[in-house]
Amino acid sequence: MRAYLPDYELRAPRSLTDALALLAREPGGWRAFAGGTDLMVLLEAGLLTHRKFLSIWHLPELKGIEVANDHVTLGALTTYTEVQRDETMRREFPLLGAAARETGGIAIQNRGTLGGNIVNASPAADSPPALLVYDAELELVSTRGTRLLPYREFHTGYKQMNMQSDELLTRIRLPRTTGDLKTYYRKVGTRKAQAISKVCFAAGARMNDGRIADVRLALGSVAPTVVRCTQTEELLRNQTIDEATTKAAREMLMTEITPIDDMRSTADYRLNVAANLLADFLRQLKHT
Amino acid sequence: MSNQTDTQTKIVGKPVPRKEGRAKVTGAARYIDDLRMDGMLYGATVRSAVPRGRIREIKFGAGLPWDEFVVVTAADIPGENCVALILLDQPYLVAKFINHAEEPILLLAHADKHLLEKARRAVTFDVEPLSPIFTLEESLAKKEIIWGEDNIFKSYQVNKGNVDEVWAQADFIIEGEYRTGAQEQLYIEPNGVIAVANADAGVTVWGSMQCPYYVHKALLKLFALPEEKIRVIQTETGGGFGGKEEYPSMIAGHAALLSWKAGGRPVKIIYDRAEDMVATTKRHPSRTRHRTAVNKDGKLLGMEIEFVIDGGAYATLSSVVLSRGTIHAAGPYNCPNVRINAHAVATNVPPHGAFRGFGAPQSIFALERHLDKVAQVVGLSPAEFRRRNFIHEGETTATGQVIREPVDMEGLLARAFELTDYQAKRERFARANEGRSLKRGIGFASFMHGAGFTGSGEVYLQSIVGAEAGADGRVRLLAASTEIGQGTNTIFAQIAADALQIDFDLIEVAQPDTSNVPNSGPTVASRTTMIVGKLVESAALGLKQTLQNSGLLKANYTTDDWRAACRRHVEQFGLLKSFSQYKPPPGINWDEGKYQGDAYGAYAWAVYVAEVTVDMLTYEARVEDFVALQEVGKVVHPVLAAGQIEGGVAQAIGFTLYENVVWSEGRMLNNQMTNYIIPTSADIPPIRVYFEEQPYAYGPAGAKGIGELPMDGGAPAILNAIEHATGVAFNHVPLLPEALMQALNQTA
Repeated sequence: MRAYLPDYELRAPRSLTDALALLAREPGGWRAFAGGTDLMVLLEAGLLTHRKFLSIWHLPELKGIEVANDHVTLGALTTYTEVQRDETMRREFPLLGAAARETGGIAIQNRGTLGGNIVNASPAADSPPALLVYDAELELVSTRGTRLLPYREFHTGYKQMNMQSDELLTRIRLPRTTGDLKTYYRKVGTRKAQAISKVCFAAGARMNDGRIADVRLALGSVAPTVVRCTQTEELLRNQTIDEATTKAAREMLMTEITPIDDMRSTADYRLNVAANLLADFLRQLKHT
Repeated sequence: MSNQTDTQTKIVGKPVPRKEGRAKVTGAARYIDDLRMDGMLYGATVRSAVPRGRIREIKFGAGLPWDEFVVVTAADIPGENCVALILLDQPYLVAKFINHAEEPILLLAHADKHLLEKARRAVTFDVEPLSPIFTLEESLAKKEIIWGEDNIFKSYQVNKGNVDEVWAQADFIIEGEYRTGAQEQLYIEPNGVIAVANADAGVTVWGSMQCPYYVHKALLKLFALPEEKIRVIQTETGGGFGGKEEYPSMIAGHAALLSWKAGGRPVKIIYDRAEDMVATTKRHPSRTRHRTAVNKDGKLLGMEIEFVIDGGAYATLSSVVLSRGTIHAAGPYNCPNVRINAHAVATNVPPHGAFRGFGAPQSIFALERHLDKVAQVVGLSPAEFRRRNFIHEGETTATGQVIREPVDMEGLLARAFELTDYQAKRERFARANEGRSLKRGIGFASFMHGAGFTGSGEVYLQSIVGAEAGADGRVRLLAASTEIGQGTNTIFAQIAADALQIDFDLIEVAQPDTSNVPNSGPTVASRTTMIVGKLVESAALGLKQTLQNSGLLKANYTTDDWRAACRRHVEQFGLLKSFSQYKPPPGINWDEGKYQGDAYGAYAWAVYVAEVTVDMLTYEARVEDFVALQEVGKVVHPVLAAGQIEGGVAQAIGFTLYENVVWSEGRMLNNQMTNYIIPTSADIPPIRVYFEEQPYAYGPAGAKGIGELPMDGGAPAILNAIEHATGVAFNHVPLLPEALMQALNQTA
């Protein structure tokens, strides 16, 4: 342990109301601590620079999966294991289950939360590309009120979020309009399991009469944030899938993402693999 | 009939329970970080942030109670400031000149380990920077002279025949260059020790280590104390793989220096994973160049090999790593003319050190990749080319060693091919791969690995093992050879039980403690079973002989007779003891000057076959099947032996496809398990292990060494398979998807 523990403070408010009150009292002073799967690693390495944390792990208001007629609502504390076990999630949102299965090991899946995966804001996170494909919405709450924000507008730059320092992410809403999407998920990590992604590719599409009626492409580890590739989607919409379309889409995708060289991989590799996975997705789409 | 009975009671060859297995499984085993002593302080090491420079000033940051800390610098060292190993070039603490990033400069101790960590960060150094060099090319080119007169720790030249004369008569001359990267041992338990040191009582160190007497030797010089004032005790050790061969001398010295300064209060130093990875030794990176002459019949005429390893900033074990790499560089082939030029060079990175295989995986990788290329040029299959050149009994290795055992590489190759359906797959994959996004390939490597110290090393070590029998008939084996997870204690007990024909449970192995076990040498070099095991056997036989000579034990006896004889002996003469010292087998000759002769007493021989797929979407190569077939003399414990092979192959797969040390300014950047990628069980194929046994006359029950062997063959077999799958020749490891992509896109 490279952290000096007396330097840190952790509070566990009794209720969501207490938590929000504390956040409002000292804006920026406190940060939420959920499953801790990212924060504990930083703490152990002595790299956790923020010192005051608010444990929200036990707050019942942030738990559970609720299924309504037109959407499913996931509490921010929903774990990867819960995502994998829920029947509706498995049936209607398989990309999220696929992402959850490939996140860390079993211990991490039991402890890591979707909300944490979102607000940790890593561009290499596994579940955000799936959430982007499903047009997820986020519920952000503060003592000032509640707002609903399309997830697509949440990440504004590397580790930058459309979120105020007195706000808590409480819920994730998924519209139940995507159950019939043909989906594709591939995480290319540094190894088969227990890996951080080098490229994460989630996609969904509907075909109509041999043409692409709806297509959603979302990628991780290829830009400062996870991204929806709307220009490539635009290019593909209403097209038939053939070699020319695939080639044009590959090229568009490679201009739309902005990967970098880092410790895990190279920009060149990420560009090529992202384009290959897109081509693979289109090939599979054509043959279904 | 009596033979039948003998076989039934034999313990060698049986999968008996591990001696320390129960304690490990139940959590009763005490590792160094489980131990605590009264008044104990925690120690920490303050290291250099720069790769090379001169220290101007040490600064202690504000806000910490510095008077509460024990602070040690080079000025506090009572003896000599060097880690005594082969040369005396490496300091315990930098006095003035920094030669690598993470080099230890100052030590701190405090009772509060968290405050200690805060203090560690508050010490900074004002350093005048000097130009560093980081690659073996820069070192060979003498871009800066950072060690000795020419950056060269050690050079060897091996000469057999006259290679200069073969080029003119050769039908083919094939050249190639091959590289391997650094690799972290990644034992489960990081380095750690506890030391108690003061002028009256001397120095006692407990710790996780492979070689207690190496630590003992190093502490003698550090403290300038007489031998009996230094005591080193090995605690339960969670893996080593060579990573705890030389490094424990460093951390033990540091803890002892702190304790000495603290007036004898115990000091514990435990590295966390990040420190262990960034600061301690790794496998030597290497570059090998081959120039090979072959005639039109596919016979090797000559091999010229240049083998260079990057030793890092200090000499440590580089000369011996170089030696083993050099001797294995020409492989199990009969080639009349060989010249090997080998160099270990200095760079400003933390010293590279011992790691399973010890230089051989590097040079064998080069050779076994190169021979696939040679075969292709000559127009033969990789298998046929090797068949025409395998070494046989009566022929000589590169060092001129006459092979005196019946070696059957052709037989191993045939069996390995049968086990993998190699021939059929070789043809089928080649036909089916066209246009597929998952390309399959199969490849192999044939190789040998020498057991024991190189050349006259074992003679020089003069290892000793003791055995003592108590009144209850229990036999205690005394050796400095360490159980580090590989099964030393179990194997020693098996050998002794068979030698004495008594129950396995009657044998125990003493905890290695330099105050009461003799020096049986270091636990390295695949020597523990073959060399030390043989000494265990003869020390045990010595007990029996004494009892029989004194008439207390008849020729045929039961375990009860044995107990009775021991009791009578102890009553009449006291404790029964027997010691055995190493003597080289007859006819072993080694010329250190010419680097010629019998390099090793025995070799294990092997053929490994790897099957791979390469995903053309992601450029990931994956090992799908692996067969490891080896001739090992005698399998002492089938489960432990298979475990050694499986673990070694898994480590070799990591070395080949995953484990990439990312360097920045001579410092490992990815010193965490999230980003230093070792394969998980999901990345490892079924590893199918097969043994053949051709008993070696001078090994216990015929056994030869196998610890390092499985590290040797994986890398070339896998890259040979990848070439088969993709048609692209890759000549470096680790081979990551990024490099596969570059090459495959270029050929596409």
